[in-house]
Amino acid sequence: MSFSGILSIALGAILIENFIYIKFLGICPFMGVSKKMDTATGMGLAVIFVMGLASVFCWIVNRYLLVPLGLEYMQTVAYILVIAALVQFVEMFLQKSVPSLYQALGIYLPLITTNCAVLGVALLNTQYGYGFVESVVYGITGGVGFLIAIVLFASVRERLELTAEYPEAFEGFPIALISAGLVALAFMGFSGLKIS
Amino acid sequence: MKRQFKDGLIGNNPVLVQLLGMCSTMAITTTLFNGIGMGVSVLVILTCSNIVIALLRKLIPAKIRIACYIVVIAGFVTMVDLLLQAFLPALSASLGVFIPLIVVNCIILARAESFASKNSVLASAVDGVAQGIGYTAVLVVMCVIRELLGNGTFGGGLIGPGGAGIRIIPADYSALLVILPFGGFITLGCLIALMQWALKKSAAKAGGSKGAEK
Repeated sequence: MSFSGILSIALGAILIENFIYIKFLGICPFMGVSKKMDTATGMGLAVIFVMGLASVFCWIVNRYLLVPLGLEYMQTVAYILVIAALVQFVEMFLQKSVPSLYQALGIYLPLITTNCAVLGVALLNTQYGYGFVESVVYGITGGVGFLIAIVLFASVRERLELTAEYPEAFEGFPIALISAGLVALAFMGFSGLKIS
Repeated sequence: MKRQFKDGLIGNNPVLVQLLGMCSTMAITTTLFNGIGMGVSVLVILTCSNIVIALLRKLIPAKIRIACYIVVIAGFVTMVDLLLQAFLPALSASLGVFIPLIVVNCIILARAESFASKNSVLASAVDGVAQGIGYTAVLVVMCVIRELLGNGTFGGGLIGPGGAGIRIIPADYSALLVILPFGGFITLGCLIALMQWALKKSAAKAGGSKGAEK
């Protein structure tokens, strides 16, 4: 795997094919926890961690369990079980050994099981036929893209609460979606970017 | 039962009021064919998983219930995925990764947790159908709007020569932007705003007439 290949996967996952704004994966937590900057950052970091781990374990399960046994059609079930177990273990591990981090991420960890970006990254790795290194890079940088998206959006939303004026019917969710749409429009500007 | 259907479609619509299942709603609503295909898939999976979870609701231990629900849902999703690959490969290709991702569609898990785990099998089945219809209706509306404005056609993938749809707006005047992710956010935002406005208005009407009675 060449360096430029890895760089192009990373750049693609972070900017060009951003998980939130271009691929539409992980919108629920993105909308749910982007009201405040610090919670958004916490969620973003937790997602990077779990997406990286999920890519590793799902790749191993697929390569050494599902493919040799000819059970590729059980992929979805196997991956979601791996992710649910992973999130549970990470939660228990953090609670015992890094309590401060557990306190910071605490409530977001269980939510990650149903974050479609995590299952999405595992499925996409298989679909694109990525090897081990590529899968890990794609998982982690996909998480970084999520972090950037949610932090950017949280700062937009904080200003929205304070200063913006809009029709009453747009109160809450609709105006958040419209602002996300505008950020997505800005992200489309990256679509011409390419590393050859 | 009639109230359940009304709730699923309007009062407690899964997308517009409960704000669940955003990802698929925005990602795949680019042609009518996609919208109906996704909506019906979710309807079938939601109804089946609601029935099974309602049947098993006394056997599943409370502590690991979420994991059990996910396994049940993932089983049905896999079945639908394989069936689509076999019989509707075009739909399977255009929905892509969003078919397996129905597993983590919050609508299904939310209905399992809040309804099917507490109610009888029949009520849960009706709830699945009602919520599924509500979801499909939103998808269809989104598709029609986005396809019309973005592509200038109606019924893409379903009717017209080669599934190209019926052209309503000339190709030169369509705004491609609406088909792109940006349009997904904006369209859904406007639909939810419309819903909030309508619900508030009808609530005010009901409240007003009650006030007059007093």
